[in-house]
Amino acid sequence: MYEGPVQDLIDELGRLPGVGPKSAQRIAFHLLAAEPADIARLQDALQKVKEGVVFCDVCGNVSEQATCRICRDARRDPQKVCVVEEPKDVLAIERTREFKGRYHVLGGALDPLSGIGPDQLRIRQLLSRIGEHDITEVILATDPNTEGEATATYLIRLLRDFPGLTVTRLASGLPMGGDLEFADELTLTRALSGRRAV
Amino acid sequence: MTLYRDTGVVLRVQKLGEADRIITLITRRHGKLRAVAKGVRRTTSRFGARLEPFCHVDVQCYTGRTLDVITQVETIDAFAPRLVDDYQRYTAGCAVLETAERLSAEEGEPVMRLYMLVAGCLRALSAGERDPSLLLDAFLMRAMAFAGWAPAVFECAKCGAPGPHQAFSVPAGGAVCPTCRPPGSASPARDTLVLMDALMHGVWDTADLSTPATRREASGLVAAHLQWHLERQLRSLPLVERRSQ
Ligand SMILES: [Zn+2]
Ligand SMILES: [Zn+2]
Repeated sequence: MYEGPVQDLIDELGRLPGVGPKSAQRIAFHLLAAEPADIARLQDALQKVKEGVVFCDVCGNVSEQATCRICRDARRDPQKVCVVEEPKDVLAIERTREFKGRYHVLGGALDPLSGIGPDQLRIRQLLSRIGEHDITEVILATDPNTEGEATATYLIRLLRDFPGLTVTRLASGLPMGGDLEFADELTLTRALSGRRAV
Repeated sequence: MTLYRDTGVVLRVQKLGEADRIITLITRRHGKLRAVAKGVRRTTSRFGARLEPFCHVDVQCYTGRTLDVITQVETIDAFAPRLVDDYQRYTAGCAVLETAERLSAEEGEPVMRLYMLVAGCLRALSAGERDPSLLLDAFLMRAMAFAGWAPAVFECAKCGAPGPHQAFSVPAGGAVCPTCRPPGSASPARDTLVLMDALMHGVWDTADLSTPATRREASGLVAAHLQWHLERQLRSLPLVERRSQ
């Protein structure tokens, strides 16, 4: 245990996701040694994240305005919507620079063990968005894990009733650089069902 | 540092630090087990998706200072792909996992019968041949019997008078005779109690022939009885999709 403010800082940092007690200590002492100007910038950023960030009323992504930058961008194809779990997934796909459509952020995955059902996610908003706008393709990009797969299954069942809508799922398969014999069954099953003619 | 091996079903996974997870399993010999899987969230992890919920696995662990650490995993049954493929099966499976976690409250306490019941139910769910809702209710009835508080279905829960009886009271412990019947008892259809008895004893010929209305009523009584005996409400049970086929 350290004295007063230092220990308070370590405790606060330790409550952040992915930060263990050792990392919390390391970050605290880094901040203690940092220039006042650096600390001021960090303080400023923390302040603004609660005051200045809202969720886009179209796609649910984090945004500075009522409608986010991607939803406002006329160059992005409004007919293609990529469905993801979290805002960080939007960033991951944006980094590939491959996708020119728009997004829909669900706010998580269907996870009954944590009490999260369809009503806790932005699924109703997705359906009304598809119903009201000319959307031709929905790309399901939920996480390739148990909850993400179940969420995709649920959405596929809802979306197949929309006439003229193509629903696609991100291909998922074997990680590059690995041996087939080491692949687990969930990964192999997905890789098999996603096989394509060559 | 001692090494040990066991078989178990993954009930729950929680993030830990940068790339690790705490995996909760119900095991054959070590009861409920909470162990760390290091690096499991990295795409290069040798564990792959073998430690996701529903996985039936053979694990090797060593005893750590606070939590045990998983060193090797082999798949016995890959239930997950067949369960996540169907939302009804998935939600029923989640209720099985959460119930098993709650009924095996003590870590390390032997729960072998419950472990086998969980694995058996997930196997039947992933086979996809029966109404998932029916399989879940059969699991819940038997799991409650293991815990020692299965509802009485034919004899009166209070005086033991042979039935069939017309009334059912969750606080009283199940079916009740006209003399013992407390105010506010439900009056389920006779077929509903017959179905509950069939689910408890695995009489599938009877259970398969039940009507959607009977199944719905039985599900309601089973859920009410279960929730009455658990301290906290199950999160997954209200989210189970009970669409009858
Ligand atoms: Zn937006
Ligand atoms: Zn009686």
